[in-house]
Amino acid sequence: MRETWRRYRRHKPAVISAVLLLLLILAVVIGPFIWRVSINDIDPVAGLQGPSLAHPFGTDDLGQDLLARMIYGGRISLAVGLAAMLVSVFVGTLIGALAGMSRGPLGYALMWLTDLFLSLPQLPLLLMLIYLFRDGLKAVFGPEGGIFILIVLVIGGLRWMPVARLVRAQFLSLREKEFVEAARALGASPVRQVVRHILPNALGPVIIAGTIDVAAAIIAESTLSFLGLGFPPDTPTWGRILYDAKDFLDIGPHWALFPGGAIFIAVVAINFIGDGLRDALDARKVI
Amino acid sequence: MALLDIRGLKTHFITDAGVLQAVDGVDISINRGETLCVVGESGCGKTVTAMSILKLIAMPPGRIVAGEIVFEGRDLVPLTSNQLDDIRAKEIGFIFQEPMTSLNPVLTIGEQIAESLRRHEAVTKKQALERTIEMLKLVQIPNAEGRVHHYPHQFSGGMRQRVMIAMALACRPKLVIADEPTTALDVTIQAQILDLLQDMKERFGMAVMLITHAMGVVAETAQRVVVMYAGKVVEEAPVDELFGNPGHPYTQGLIRSIPRIDLDAQHKTRLETIAGSVPILINPTPGCRFAPRCRHAMSICAEKEPRLREIAPGHRMACHLGDAS
Amino acid sequence: MSQYILRRLMIAIPSLLGISLVLFVVLALAPGDPFGDLATNPNVPPEVQAALRAKFGLDDPIYLRYLHWLSAMAHGDWGFSFVSRVDVDTLILQRLPTTLYVIGSAQLLALLVAIPVGVFAATRPYSIFDQLANTFAFIGFSLPTFFTGILFILVFSVKLDWLPFVYSEVPGTGIPWLLEMIRQAIMPVMVLGLFQAASLTRFVRSAMLDVIRLDYVTTARAKGLGQTKVIVKHVMRNAMIPVVTLIALQMPAVFGGAIVTEQIFRIPGIGSLLISSILANDTPVVMAVTFVFACLVVLFNLIADVLYGWLDPRISFR
Repeated sequence: MRETWRRYRRHKPAVISAVLLLLLILAVVIGPFIWRVSINDIDPVAGLQGPSLAHPFGTDDLGQDLLARMIYGGRISLAVGLAAMLVSVFVGTLIGALAGMSRGPLGYALMWLTDLFLSLPQLPLLLMLIYLFRDGLKAVFGPEGGIFILIVLVIGGLRWMPVARLVRAQFLSLREKEFVEAARALGASPVRQVVRHILPNALGPVIIAGTIDVAAAIIAESTLSFLGLGFPPDTPTWGRILYDAKDFLDIGPHWALFPGGAIFIAVVAINFIGDGLRDALDARKVI
Repeated sequence: MALLDIRGLKTHFITDAGVLQAVDGVDISINRGETLCVVGESGCGKTVTAMSILKLIAMPPGRIVAGEIVFEGRDLVPLTSNQLDDIRAKEIGFIFQEPMTSLNPVLTIGEQIAESLRRHEAVTKKQALERTIEMLKLVQIPNAEGRVHHYPHQFSGGMRQRVMIAMALACRPKLVIADEPTTALDVTIQAQILDLLQDMKERFGMAVMLITHAMGVVAETAQRVVVMYAGKVVEEAPVDELFGNPGHPYTQGLIRSIPRIDLDAQHKTRLETIAGSVPILINPTPGCRFAPRCRHAMSICAEKEPRLREIAPGHRMACHLGDAS
Repeated sequence: MSQYILRRLMIAIPSLLGISLVLFVVLALAPGDPFGDLATNPNVPPEVQAALRAKFGLDDPIYLRYLHWLSAMAHGDWGFSFVSRVDVDTLILQRLPTTLYVIGSAQLLALLVAIPVGVFAATRPYSIFDQLANTFAFIGFSLPTFFTGILFILVFSVKLDWLPFVYSEVPGTGIPWLLEMIRQAIMPVMVLGLFQAASLTRFVRSAMLDVIRLDYVTTARAKGLGQTKVIVKHVMRNAMIPVVTLIALQMPAVFGGAIVTEQIFRIPGIGSLLISSILANDTPVVMAVTFVFACLVVLFNLIADVLYGWLDPRISFR
C-alpha cells in the first residue's frame, strides 16, 4: 500500500490532477453555501457581461450568474460521471465474472456479446435510446430525475465492456494460480473463491478502468447536453451551458469558455489520475 | 597481430537499483581463422561483451565506460553507430541465440538475407537474390529456390538457425560471433548446426567467436577458450591445455559438471554442480568474485582481486591459488 | 488470402445481425408505439398509415416483426421520412458523401500526424520531444470535440476571421469552388482529426516501443542497415499490425465525434440528419441513420481485418 502511494507520487501530473479534482469537487459541494447567488435570477439589463466582481464568471444572455449556474451544473455533471461509472463497473464485473467462471457456451456467448457491444456506434445509439425513452421516464421521475436515471443507465450500460474483459482475463489467469487451486482443494465454494480470492486481485485494473469511465461518462453527458438532447434548459449542466452559449461566441465568449474549461479540467485530471494509478498499481501490462 | 583485440572493456548498465557492472575489465583477443569459445554461466557477461563489439546493446541504459575494441588495427569504441554500420555484417557477422524470434516475421527470409547484401555490396536485386539462394544452398536448406520466398514461421527452429547462419555469412565477414547458437534447439539439431558452422568456417576461413555455456560444445569446436565469471575473464588457454590442466577452481567446476556417459555406467558418480549462483553485479564486493562459491577460498580472496597471470605458455588465469608473488 | 477475407466476411454478417437485433429490441421495448405518433401526425396521409401498419406488422409477434423489418431493410426499403417527405434511403444517400468526406479527411490527417510523431517519440523514449508529444496527446484526447470545435471557431472565425464557421452550399464550379469546399472543411477536419491523432499517437508510440526491443530488430541492426531503415522497414512495419486493429476499435468513437462536429459546424451529413430527425420525432430516419452508422463500423472492422491479413503474413496461412 505504501509502495503504491510512493509510485503514485512519482507521477507528477497525477498528483497535481488529484489536487485539482479535489478542489473542483469541494467547489461544487460547498460552493452554494458560500456563493449564495440564485441560479435563476433573471436580470435583462446585466445580460452577457464578462467576468466582474459581482459576477466572477460573467452572465449569460438572460443575465443569470454563470458561477452559480456552473456550481450547480458541476454537481450534476460529476454525479452523472460517478453514477454511470458505478453502473458500468457493476455490469462489467458481473458479466466478466460470469464469462470467466463458465467454461461452456455461456462464456462464449457473453464474450460475443461483449465484442458486439464494443462495435456498436455508441453516440448514435445513445441518442436513439434517449429519443425513445425520455418521455416515458420523464412521466415517472420528473424531467430532471428521469433524464438523470436514463443518462446514467444508458452511459453505464454502453461502457461496461472494457471492465468485463479485464475481469474475465483476471479470472482466466488467476483461476489456475496456486492459491486458488489450494482454496478449491480445501473445499471453498465457488462464490467464496470469487469473493475472497479472485475479485481482490482483479481490483487494480478495474479501479483504473472505472476512473477512465468517469471521464468518459462526463464527456458523454456533456455531449448529449451540448446536442440539446440531455438535461432540460433549467438544469444548467456544463454541457447544457455550452449548448446555450454556442450561438453567442462572437459577443460573449466567456459564456462558453468557463463551462468548456471546467469539463476539460475535470476530464484531463481524471485521465491523469487513471494514468498515475496505472503506474501505482503496476498494471501497465494489463491495460 | 590479432584480428580482434578487446582490452579492458567495461560495459555498465544504469538501472534504478544502481550501476550494473555487466562487463568489468575484459581482455579477449581472436586471431584470424581461429575458433575461440567464450564460456561461462548465464549472466556472466558473455553476451554483453559480444554485443558491445558492434554496439548492439541498448544505449541507454547500457554504456561502454572504458576499454578498447581493436578490429584490424582500428578501435571501434569511439565510432558512432552510423560508422559501425559499414563493419556490421560486412566485417563481423552475428548469429543470435533465439532463431524463433531473431527473424522478422513479416519479411521473407530471402528479403532478410538479400537486404544485407544490398547494403554492403554493389549488387542488383537479381544478383542479390541469386547470391541469397546460393547461401541457402550452402547452409543445406532443401529447395532453396522455392524456400527463399517463404516467411520465417514456415521454417522449423533448426532451419531458421540455418537461415541465420546464411544471413551472417552472406557478406563473407572476417569474424562471426555466434551467441549461444544452439541453446534454443533440440539436442539432435544442435550437433547439425555446430557441424554446419564448422563446415562454413573451413569453406570461408573466417574466425569464429562462439559463446556458449556448454563445456561439451567447447571441447568439440574450440581451438582456444576464454572462461568468464561475473563480468571478468578468469582463465584463458588452448582447448587441450584447459581440459587437461584446468587452473581456476571455477573452470574445474565447469569441467566436472559435464555429463560423462562413458564414466557414469561404471562409476555411478554423481554429476557435480557448483553451489550458489552468479552474483548480481551492482556494487560488487572487493576481492575475487568467485570466492563466495569457491571451495579453495582463502582469506586473501576476500581482500585482493586476483589478476590474470600466465601459468603456462598461452595459459593465463586469475586466481590466488599457487600464486607465489 | 481470399479465403481469409471470405472467413472475415462470414464473421461480419452475424455481428451485423446482432446489431440489427439490438436496435430492433430497443425499438420494441420503447414505451408506447414509436409509430403511434404518426397516427396523430396530420402530415401523414391515412393510406400511408395503413400501409405502414401492415408493412411493419405491428400486431404480429415480435420475432415476426423483426424478420419483416430485417427483410425490408435488406431490400433497401428503409421507410419514408415524414418531415422531409422523401424516402429515407434517398435522404441518407444524399447526406452520406459529406460525412464520409469529412471523416475520411480527418482520419487521413490523424494518420499523417500520429504516425510520424508516434514513431519519432518512440525512437527517443523519455526525451523532451517524447514528453511533449505525450502531454499533448493526453490533453488532446481529454478535450471533447464540442469544446475544441468552439475554441477553433473562437480563434479562427471570431478573432482572426480566417475561416467560415458554418458549412454551406457553395455556388459555382471549378477551382474557386474546390478551394471554398476545402476552406470550409478545414476546421471540422482539424477538430476531428486532431482528436483522433491524440489517441492514435499513443497507440503508435506504445506499439513501436513494444517492437523496438524485439530480437529481430537487433538482427536488423547487426546487418548495418542504419537507424532509419531499421525503424521503417523492421519496426514500423510490425508495429502497424496492432495499430490497425486499434484504429478499427476507435471507429465508433470517430462516428460519435463526427456527429458532434457536424452539429457544431452545421455540416449537412448524416450526423446532423440524426440530430435533426430526433428533434423532429422522425423515427424511420433515426432508426435508419443509427443502422447506417452500425454498418459503417462493421465495414471499417472488415477493412481493418483485411489490412491485418495483408500486413501479417502469418494470418493468411492459418
